[in-house]
Amino acid sequence: MDDGVNVTGSLRARLALTLIGSAAAIAVLLFFVVRTYSAQIAQSGQDSILEASVTSILDAVTLREGDVEVDLPYVAFSMLSTDADDRVFYALWQDETLLSGYELLPVADAPDGGEIVLVSAIFDGAPVRVATAARILVGANDRMRVTVSVAQTQDALAGTLNRISRNVGLIGAGFFILSVLVASWATNTTIRPMERLTNSITRRGPKDLTPVARPVPLEMAPLVASLNSFMARLDTSLKQSEDFIAEAAHRVRTPLATVRSHAEATLQRVEREDNRQALRSMVRAIDESSRAAGQLLDHAMITFRADHLETHEVDLVELVEDLVTRLTPVAEMKDIALTVVSEGEARVEADAILLQNALRNLVENALKYVPEESEITLEVSATPRPRIEVRDEGPGFPPDQMQDLAARFSRGENAKDTIGSGLGLTIAKDVAMAHGGELTLTNMPEGGACVTLLL
Amino acid sequence: MRYLVALIIWLCPLGAIAQEWEDQNAFGPASAQTTLRVLSSTDTSLFVPIIEDFLQEQPDVSIEYFVTGTAQIDQVFRAAPEDFDVVISSAMDLQLKLVNDGFSVKIENLDQPQWAQWRQSLFAFTTEPATIVINRAAFAPGAVPQTRQELIAAMRARPDIFRGRVGTYDVRESGLGYLFATQDARSSETFWRLMEVMGGLDARLYCCSGAMIDDLVAGKLMVAYNVLGSYVAARDDVAEKLEIVLPSDFPTTMMRTAFVSSRTDVEDEASAFVRHLVEVQTGPRNREVFPLPPLGSAVDGTGQAVISLEPALMTYLDPLKRRTFIKEWSSAVIQ
Ligand SMILES: Nc1ncnc2c1ncn2[C@@H]1O[C@H](COP(=O)(O)OP(=O)(O)OP(=O)(O)O)[C@@H](O)[C@H]1O
Ligand SMILES: [Mg+2]
Repeated sequence: MDDGVNVTGSLRARLALTLIGSAAAIAVLLFFVVRTYSAQIAQSGQDSILEASVTSILDAVTLREGDVEVDLPYVAFSMLSTDADDRVFYALWQDETLLSGYELLPVADAPDGGEIVLVSAIFDGAPVRVATAARILVGANDRMRVTVSVAQTQDALAGTLNRISRNVGLIGAGFFILSVLVASWATNTTIRPMERLTNSITRRGPKDLTPVARPVPLEMAPLVASLNSFMARLDTSLKQSEDFIAEAAHRVRTPLATVRSHAEATLQRVEREDNRQALRSMVRAIDESSRAAGQLLDHAMITFRADHLETHEVDLVELVEDLVTRLTPVAEMKDIALTVVSEGEARVEADAILLQNALRNLVENALKYVPEESEITLEVSATPRPRIEVRDEGPGFPPDQMQDLAARFSRGENAKDTIGSGLGLTIAKDVAMAHGGELTLTNMPEGGACVTLLL
Repeated sequence: MRYLVALIIWLCPLGAIAQEWEDQNAFGPASAQTTLRVLSSTDTSLFVPIIEDFLQEQPDVSIEYFVTGTAQIDQVFRAAPEDFDVVISSAMDLQLKLVNDGFSVKIENLDQPQWAQWRQSLFAFTTEPATIVINRAAFAPGAVPQTRQELIAAMRARPDIFRGRVGTYDVRESGLGYLFATQDARSSETFWRLMEVMGGLDARLYCCSGAMIDDLVAGKLMVAYNVLGSYVAARDDVAEKLEIVLPSDFPTTMMRTAFVSSRTDVEDEASAFVRHLVEVQTGPRNREVFPLPPLGSAVDGTGQAVISLEPALMTYLDPLKRRTFIKEWSSAVIQ
C-alpha cells in the first residue's frame, strides 16, 4: 500500500499516543490528589479523637492539698479503640517531672492555654500520632504546669489508607482504560475520512481522472483540491496527446492512400521484375503503415469513448449478424464460412460502436490467421454472463506468447507474413474492460483459436 | 491438688524472692531439642491435659510450666522478658499493657473474633465469671442471695454470723482481684456499699481464689466475693458444702489470655502452643479431660458482656489512678 512512499511516523499513532498519554497523566494525578486528600481526612479523624482524649484527661487533673491528682477517665482510652487494635501511649508531666505514663514518649511543646498540638513521631519503632496539651494549675503558694500527651499508633489509619489507595487505584485504572477506548475511537473517527478518500481513489479505474466529488472534512479540503486540479491537468494533457495521435494518424492515412493508388498504377505499367519487386514491397509497406495508422486511430477513439461510454440496449446477436453480413465478402475470397450460433436474443447495456470495433478486430484476426476453406464460429450467449466467442480452425495462438498478445503492438510469431500493427487484441481488450468485462485467449484442444469477449 | 493447697499456704505472703514459684513443673522428654518456658497464673492441674495434648503432637518439645500470681507475672516478665516464651494470665489489663508495650509478637493465621483477641497477639481462651461462693451452712435452702444487694441485706441482717467470716481478694496483692474490683466499681456504686459492709464485718483478704475456697471448705468463711467459679467447679470435694452464685445484677466476666514473648528464641513452637491452646479451648472437646472453662461468647446468657480487650484496660493501671483507687478501697474495706 505504501510501496515507494517515503513514510515517517503515523498520524494515528501520534494522535492515539497523545490522547492515551494525557489520560495516563490525568489518571496518575487523580490518584495522588485523591489519596493525599483522603489521607488528610483520615488523619484529621484520628486527630480529633486524640484531641478529645487529651482534653478529657486534662479536665480530670485537679490540685488537692498541693498535690496533683489525675483521675484518668476510662473513656479517655476506650475512645481510642480501633479495628486494628492500635497501641496507645500517654504521659503526664508536672513541670519537668513525669507523673505517670511513658517517659520516653516524644512530647510537643504545647502552649499553656490548653490548646492541643499534634505531631507525628516514632515511638518504640512504630509511627505514632501524638496530641499534647498543657494547663497551668494555681495552688495556695505555687503555680505548676501539667502537660498531658496521648499517642496512638497508625495501623488502622494505614489500613484505611491502603483501602482508599486500592479503590482510587482501581478507579484510576478504570478511567485510564475508558480513556484508551475513547482515544482509539476518536483516532479512528478522525482517520476514517482519509481512509475513505484513499479507498475511493484506489478503487478508481485506470482512466478515471474525474475530480473527487464526495464531501471531505475541512482539514482535507486543500489536499483534495490540489489532487483534483492535478488530475484535471493530467486529464487535459492525456486528451491532448490522444487527440494528437488521432490527428496524426488521420493526416498520415489520407496521403498514404494516394501514394498507394499511385504505386498500384505504376506496378501495372512496369515490366522489369526487380522494379516490380520494389514496388510490391513499397505497396506492402504502405499497407502496413496505413493499417497501423487506422488501428492507432481506432485505439485512440476507443480510449476516448471508454471514459465517456454511450451505452444503449444492444442485442448482441443482431450486432454479430450485422458484422457477419459486412465481412462475408472478405471471407468468401478465402472460401471461409462465417457461422453464428445463438439462442434467441442477448440484450445488454453497452456501447455498440465499441463492441462492433472489438468484434471486427477479432473476426479479422480469424480471417487473417486461418487457412482457406475453413469455418469461423461466432457464438453468442446471454447467460450466465453475456459473452461472444470467436472460434476458428486455424493453427491457434503461439502457446508461449499467449499472455502477451493482448499488449500494445505485440504480434505473434505466426504473424510475420501478414500485415498488422499488433493493436487488434488491445482494442478488443480495452473495450471489454470499459464494459467491466474481460478478454480471454485460449487454444481449443481440437486445434484453432478461441477468443472470448466477456461483458 | 494436694501440692496446690500446700503451696498456697506458704506462698500467700508472696514476692520476697522473684524466682520462688507457686508451682513449677517440667513436661515432655528431657532430651527434647526445644524447651518452651510458659509463665502462667493458671494452676498446673488445669493445664496438664492441654500441655500433654500439645506434646503428643510435638514430640521434640518439652515444656517448663511456671505458676505464679498475676501481679507477680507482670513484674517477673517485665524484668526478664527473654526468660519466657509464652505468658498466660487472667489479669487482662496487665496482659494488654504488656502487649501494648511491645512485649509480644503477632501470631498469623489464628482466626479469633475481634473481641477475643488484641493486635493478633493477645488471645483469650476462657470466659470465667467472678462469682459469690457461699457456705451452705450459713443460709437456709432457698434463701441464698442472688444479687449483691441481697448479699448486703443478708450480711446486715445477721452480722454475728458473718463477722470475720467474709472474704474477698486483696486488690493490692492480686492482679485479677484488682481487675475484678475496678470493673465492678465501673459498673455500679453497689460495689462500694458491698465493700463497706464487708469491711464493717472485718473481711479477710486473700491473694487467690484457691485460698478462699480452702477457707470456705474449712468453715472459716461463710461468703467469699469475686471468686473464680471455675476453680470451685474443678474441685470435686466441695459440691456438698459450697454453692456458686452468679450475681444476676451484673456479672463481671474475665477472659484468660496468652501471648508469645517478643524475645523468644522459639517463636514457631511458642506460636504453635498458643494456637493449640486456643483451638482446644474453642473447639468441641471432652470437659472431663479438659477442665478449663471454654471460651464462650462475647455476651453471656444474661446479656452481659465480658470485660473487653481494649486500651481502656490500661486506665486503672495508671499509678495515679491506682493510688486513688487503692486509697478508696482501703478506706472502705480495712476501715
Ligand atoms: N485467430 C488467431 N489465430 C492465430 N493467431 C492469432 C489469432 N488472432 C491473433 N493472433 C496472434 O495474435 C497477434 C496479435 O493480434 P492483434 O490482432 O493484436 O495484431 P495483428 O493482428 O497482428 O495486427 P492488427 O493490429 O492489424 O490486427 C497476432 O499477431 C497473431 O500472432
Ligand atoms: Mg489483428
